[in-house]
Amino acid sequence: MSDELDELYQEVILDHCKKPRNFRLLEGATRLGEGYNPLCGDNYKVYVKMDGEVVADASFQGSGCCISKASASLMTDAVKGRTKTEVKALFALVHDMITTGRVAAQGVGKLAVFAGVHKFPARVKCAILAWHALVAAVDGAETPVSTE
Amino acid sequence: MSQGPDWLQLRADFPILDQEVHGHELVYFDNAASSQKPRVVIDALRHYYERDNANVHRGIHELSNRATTAFEAGRERVARFLNAGSADEIIFTRGTTESINLVAAAWGNQNLRAGDRILLTEMEHHSNLVPWQMLAQRTGAKLSFIPVTGDEGLLDLSQLDTLLTPEVKLFAFTHISNSLGTVNPVAQLCARARALGVTTLVDAAQSAGHLPLDVRALGCDFLAFSSHKICGPTGLGVLWGRPEILDAMPPYQGGGEMILSVDYFQSSYKKAPHRFEAGTPDISGVIALHVALDYLDAIGRAAIFQHDQELAQYAWQRLAEMPGVRLFGPAKDRAGLVSFQLEDVHAHDVVTFADQRGVALRGGHHCNQPLMKKLGVPSTARASFYFYNTRAEVDRFIDVVCEIRKFFGP
Ligand SMILES: Cc1ncc(COP(=O)(O)O)c(C=O)c1O
Repeated sequence: MSDELDELYQEVILDHCKKPRNFRLLEGATRLGEGYNPLCGDNYKVYVKMDGEVVADASFQGSGCCISKASASLMTDAVKGRTKTEVKALFALVHDMITTGRVAAQGVGKLAVFAGVHKFPARVKCAILAWHALVAAVDGAETPVSTE
Repeated sequence: MSQGPDWLQLRADFPILDQEVHGHELVYFDNAASSQKPRVVIDALRHYYERDNANVHRGIHELSNRATTAFEAGRERVARFLNAGSADEIIFTRGTTESINLVAAAWGNQNLRAGDRILLTEMEHHSNLVPWQMLAQRTGAKLSFIPVTGDEGLLDLSQLDTLLTPEVKLFAFTHISNSLGTVNPVAQLCARARALGVTTLVDAAQSAGHLPLDVRALGCDFLAFSSHKICGPTGLGVLWGRPEILDAMPPYQGGGEMILSVDYFQSSYKKAPHRFEAGTPDISGVIALHVALDYLDAIGRAAIFQHDQELAQYAWQRLAEMPGVRLFGPAKDRAGLVSFQLEDVHAHDVVTFADQRGVALRGGHHCNQPLMKKLGVPSTARASFYFYNTRAEVDRFIDVVCEIRKFFGP
């Protein structure tokens, strides 16, 4: 096993891509964001249930590579209970980390496992895809999401 | 002819192959995207810029004469490569994509009307699909498609009678599928089209330089290919057209080189092929492509095809032995590539992992999005071979695939 692969596919990432958390429709979701990467066909829906300014719950569905799936899984765990402003601040930190490898001293928590992605420029988009969908969702208008 | 080419010796002609990637000897299996270049081709480019560089058809000085002579000799060489009747049937473009766009714009605008049909197949590369969609939008013509039979990736020719009708004005299809490895029966399809007076275009991006091509035997009306996929430089392509069709076609782009005389309000144009080559062409590219074609023909395209097919057959067999591998394209008589999907492992993860082992693959939709949708896969991983690849490299590739399955497995 080469170090770079270990750094990209950390244990936590492999675990989340094989057993994604929050991988389901969200009952009572109020917002939906979609992320699509035409290069590889990765396609996710991110569901959010807002309680005022707070993300009460989040989930996702769709298909894609190990990195994008693990990212969506860890992301939906990480944003629960955060305000819209906090979610966007976290996105800024994660975005910076994934593109530069810099891990902020505080705030990213478990998401630090994605720091290795920056060494794989072709995979940066995979790690960020679900985040774009999430930010679109929390920024979006309040529309009940159909979960039939 | 008891002895075939010495493939290992030929491999040594490619400086780029002699390197390590991520600490492993490079295995280059992305030849369907672009081939590598032998030293003679790289030398031809250098020689041109160091000794002969000047614009063509414009100067009277020595260097311009040299550049013009070498450039037009390249055209002659391409004509021989395709067994075309004359160099006047060879138009230089930026690549297969531009060759097809040229036909769609110049021939298509003139010959298609609302209600006409353009017949394609479900396995076309985006570059043999999108230009026809645009033409259909401009003219009101309609598109139809010969279906692909599913994972085995053959054209469903039982549909040909219903689809190839007199309303069809153009039938454009690929010789070899870049994502399935299918080799289509070009001569048979062209004969059927010809009987109905339907004009044909063959996308030879994956077949030129991989097997012998003879436009007269194929019986098509247009044929397109790219230099960069067959040991030549990037940014250059070829469009061959039947002379009587080219003669009747209006220009594609306007500018220098393509005119006879220009006045402020109107101009008259040269004959084919120069009518279709506005502006300064890729002179060095054509000269280097000439060298590439000499190089390929010295090896022999039939031998190259056999070599590539053997590698693909071997890789296919090894992959088919593994559980959880879905293979695309025909099991037999395939061209030199294999397209596959590993259960529960996305193609991007396959390609990233293999890259870290020095094995260059391609993963994605291969510019075949509608086909991927039809097959119900977001993407596949593809290994594509050329004559400098070896069986030992296929073994290394298979070892890496085993490792990937273990790594991402449950
Ligand atoms: C079958 C086929 N057609 C067309 C093309 C387009 O070639 P180019 O990008 O060189 O114009 C390709 C190459 O990707 C191809 O494989």
